[in-house]
Amino acid sequence: MTLLDSPTVLPAAPKSPKPPSRAAAILRDLGLGVRFAAAGGREGWIRTLLTAVGVGLGVTLLLLASSVPHLLDERNAREQARSEVKVSAKASAKTDASVLRLDTSTEYRDRTVVGRLLRADGSAPVRPPGVARFPGPDEMVVSPALKELLEAPGSELLRERLAYDIVGTIGDAGLRSPNELFYYAGSDTLTPAAGAGRISGYGADRPADPLPPLLVVLTVMVCVVLLVPVAIFIATAVRFGGDRRDRRLAALRLVGADIRTTRRVAAGEALFGAVLGLLIGLVFFLVGREFVGSVEIWDVSAFPADVVPDPLLALLITVTVPLTAVLVTLVAMRSVAIEPLGVVRRGKNRGRRLWWRLLVPVAGLAVLGLTGRVDEYAYEPVKPFPIAGGAVLVLVGLALLLPWLVEACVKRLRGGPVPWQLAVRRLQLSSEAASRAVSGVTVAVAGAIALQMLFAAMNADFNRATGQDPARAQFAAYSEDVTGEAATSAIEKFRATKGVEMVIGSVQAYASKPGVYTDDDIPPTTSMTVGTCDTLRELARITSCEDGDTFVVHPPGDQDMSAWVDRTARKGKVVEIGTGEGKPLRWTLPAGSPTVQGRKDPMGDTHYGIMATTGAVDASALPGAQITAQIRVDRSVPDVAEYVRNTAARIDPGMRFITLDSVERDRQYDSIQTGLKVGASVVLLLIAASMLVSQVEQLRERKRLLSVLVAFGTRRTTMGWSVLWQTAVPVFLGLVVAVAGGLGLGAVLAWMIAKSVSDWWLFLPLTGVGAGLILLVTAASMPSLWRLMRPDGLRTE
Amino acid sequence: MIPEGSLLAAHDLRKTYGSTPALDGASFSVHPGEVVAVMGPSGSGKSTLLHCLAGIITPDSGTITYAGRELSAMSDAERSALRRSEFGFVFQFGQLVPELTCVENVALPLRLNGVRRRAAERTALEWMERLEVDDLGSKRPGEVSGGQGQRVAVARALAGSPKVIFADEPTGALDSLNGERVMELLTEAARSANVAVVLVTHEARVAAYSDRDVTVRDGRARDLEHSA
Amino acid sequence: MSIGHTLLGLLESGPRHGYDLKRTFDEKFGQDRPLHYGQVYSTMSRLLKNGLVEVDGVESEGGPERKRYAITDAGITDVSQWLAQPEKPEPYLQSTLYTKVVLALLTDRSAADLLDTQRSAHLRMMRILTDRKRQGDLADQLICDHALFHLEADLRWLELTAARLDQLAKVVAP
Repeated sequence: MTLLDSPTVLPAAPKSPKPPSRAAAILRDLGLGVRFAAAGGREGWIRTLLTAVGVGLGVTLLLLASSVPHLLDERNAREQARSEVKVSAKASAKTDASVLRLDTSTEYRDRTVVGRLLRADGSAPVRPPGVARFPGPDEMVVSPALKELLEAPGSELLRERLAYDIVGTIGDAGLRSPNELFYYAGSDTLTPAAGAGRISGYGADRPADPLPPLLVVLTVMVCVVLLVPVAIFIATAVRFGGDRRDRRLAALRLVGADIRTTRRVAAGEALFGAVLGLLIGLVFFLVGREFVGSVEIWDVSAFPADVVPDPLLALLITVTVPLTAVLVTLVAMRSVAIEPLGVVRRGKNRGRRLWWRLLVPVAGLAVLGLTGRVDEYAYEPVKPFPIAGGAVLVLVGLALLLPWLVEACVKRLRGGPVPWQLAVRRLQLSSEAASRAVSGVTVAVAGAIALQMLFAAMNADFNRATGQDPARAQFAAYSEDVTGEAATSAIEKFRATKGVEMVIGSVQAYASKPGVYTDDDIPPTTSMTVGTCDTLRELARITSCEDGDTFVVHPPGDQDMSAWVDRTARKGKVVEIGTGEGKPLRWTLPAGSPTVQGRKDPMGDTHYGIMATTGAVDASALPGAQITAQIRVDRSVPDVAEYVRNTAARIDPGMRFITLDSVERDRQYDSIQTGLKVGASVVLLLIAASMLVSQVEQLRERKRLLSVLVAFGTRRTTMGWSVLWQTAVPVFLGLVVAVAGGLGLGAVLAWMIAKSVSDWWLFLPLTGVGAGLILLVTAASMPSLWRLMRPDGLRTE
Repeated sequence: MIPEGSLLAAHDLRKTYGSTPALDGASFSVHPGEVVAVMGPSGSGKSTLLHCLAGIITPDSGTITYAGRELSAMSDAERSALRRSEFGFVFQFGQLVPELTCVENVALPLRLNGVRRRAAERTALEWMERLEVDDLGSKRPGEVSGGQGQRVAVARALAGSPKVIFADEPTGALDSLNGERVMELLTEAARSANVAVVLVTHEARVAAYSDRDVTVRDGRARDLEHSA
Repeated sequence: MSIGHTLLGLLESGPRHGYDLKRTFDEKFGQDRPLHYGQVYSTMSRLLKNGLVEVDGVESEGGPERKRYAITDAGITDVSQWLAQPEKPEPYLQSTLYTKVVLALLTDRSAADLLDTQRSAHLRMMRILTDRKRQGDLADQLICDHALFHLEADLRWLELTAARLDQLAKVVAP
């Protein structure tokens, strides 16, 4: 113990030779802040980690969003590479490399399977990108996803439909996305007569189609709606544990640090959290990228290799996020004065001004208004930036409006039961923290409402136009250029399919008035429909029908068209049936044919012209006919749709096959709605987490007061209610602003795409989520309230 | 075991925090309207005794009787109700709810007891008048001086018409002039309203406002006048 | 301060000569004011007369005659009563109190009890003064305050001494 034995010498303070330079001082202070953030004990680490994870989640989303342009470019490039160069189907266009091909795309359990049937004209046929070997007859190459689907148990019906031998897989270069179901099959019987076209190569040099205007609006809105709350969340995350930090800085002031130093130390702390967040975000992004292939939104997914952030945007994120963190910290510190003996809040009495806060969202709406309407069918590309800018202004404006509203509303509240009084008074004293957290909720909910309205408007519009009646038939199949014989047998095949209840199968051809016409004259023409009595009853209002009957059918309520029908369908006179190259069939319309009114078929089309039962006209003798089969099935039979599709594929792989079931479209719309709700809920959950953190922090600061209240005999439920109200009041106001702002933005957007708002009540589920948020935050903060409401706090440390 | 006529009496209380005993066989009693000072060096268990007496914490063993009822046999809710209706509290600091105005703070115990706001605040103002702080009614605790704040706290303790007031170092954060004024007002009001006061203090000049004093040493309370 | 009680207390640990008594007294309590022999002898003869001490024996080897005193049972009771009896609270008590504390420690009596009893007496006095102050005019208040502050100082000394009893015991009765 020589140390104790030696005479006591007080350690001399090292003399500072000269004050450090400004830059050195800044670096020193920032470093001190980093040390505080990194070595602040368990408490400090938790705070730093919370900030970092919060920022990290935000950064992940930002990086994903910044990858979208590259992703779309790559998709476009691949799509371009496999687009077909079409040449004439005529035999003269044949070369050694040319290929006949037929689109045999089909659907399997709500998923689209894109298919091409190929037949080489010569010995060196062109191969599509990603295909190593041209498929021979009854062979096919498939995308990995399709291969997996075909090999999966339970896919017998699809294997039956695509009954080719798999001889290879399509490489990534030939696919739009990893989940795409795609195949190229070979044939040696394909002819132009079966509907096939001829192609001479791939990679047609055509300008990429601009995205459909509505999709642009939608995409822009999705980005804005997702990213603005994320930005707000990052700003909130940076402020986690701010009160504690302020107290620490006050202690620094006590040992002689000046205000500027404390600012720099705080900036250093924020910087550390943000940079850590940036790294965490990068890790999340790199890990998440590997799973991006398994995520599919609206039939769209991406290859991990496609998800590459735009370098410029990535750089912007790397610079902006830490910078924002520092700026937010410094701005936040402006409202408090950190004195050596503690932290003093200032600027309390300065009321918030309304006008400039109101100016921002109004400016946003004005920008959107001035951008004008987006024409759904316009050729000029939509300008995304004004739309994005306008929407951002509106949403940010709502976030700015909220603190004012909360303050203004809370100021007027008084009285009420004790928990309410406690909550209201608390909010009156300081509502910033509450408003800050809630502004994220407001923006997320407002954005989601606007987006949902946009979707709903588009969707409702579509539904109104179709007028299909899925109750009468669920599928429709068309085949052109078939002989009447093939047509009648096709209808029989559909009838014999498992699960089919009824087939409205008709053979149609054109009937015209015989005569000689100059080029300028239009020969009176109408359609000739041949079918069974049952079928004809579905197409026209026929009261009595026997095999052998014929009818003249007028479109209901259309005088002109009825007259036009009558000019061709002259009772007792001859009509020529069939057009085009073949020799028309001359047929006499029986004089006794009754005239009846047409009726909408399940597709929503009205039929008129001449209708004949199969006994009156031999349908198999018709030249150049077209079949239409509208099929009603027993929906309780599992996979009934696949049986019908298999029949169609057997009849003619190139047959057009339409699903009338409007449920399917609703389902897609539902999935969008669900996606939005899930997305909004995740964002809200993130915000709930940040609200919880500040709530618990606040409770812990009031440990002593809570103990005193316990001593008084205050019930825990009383305090619980006060915590609930303290969350509920700002969230409620936030939701009011969100609903108003969201409806406004949604209405303007609907106006922009020239649709009318179909449903004003879409916001209800989202406000429900908001209410759930209140309960969640309150419930989650109860354990700490319970723990803190113990008399331990009375013992003076 | 229970002194004749006492309102609140404790016998042979024991309480251990971890392995350190805070109370080690302490006994205590107070009569209606009596002001008893509990003295002793810091760490002697004064505050623990007060918390036990007030039913804020439960002793490991021993009995506490208030008006014939055994405290340790009551549930937490019952003891809370007792504290709300029969007891009042004054602490050294940090006891006023910072966001409530002074009059709302004083009215708080009444309101917790279910009294309507208007009536509660009227009573609160009367008490504030007694304690000469009625002009602070609409101010927040952060805007008044320490002495004023303590008087508001005393008014709050009295406002619920309690039978016993527990005061834990009520002048601990005040200078002697302010401290004495607070003590004067507290004891005067308590005596005139026949409220018993259990006054924990380490200051003799504050304890001098009591009728009787009890010294706690090493977790044992010595009531010299009664035992002598 | 009562020299008689003090000398009696010193005798409790065993019979002593007068000279011995003076030396022990000076050593423990009389640093600044040593006792005269005359004081010792007059006090001892008073105690002898009251039956509180008795002569244990006489020695005279190579000098004057020396009496050895021993304490009687009545003497022990008298010391106990004195120690248990709080001093009238008044300023500048500490020399008497100190003597009492040391004696209590020397005779294995409870010094803590002694201090607590004294504290109580002080507090009672303070309570009376506080009461008078409350009812009196400003002059009364100021006078009472003066006394109160002095009593408080004594009280603090009592508390401090109480906290340091163990240390003191080691010093006075090793």
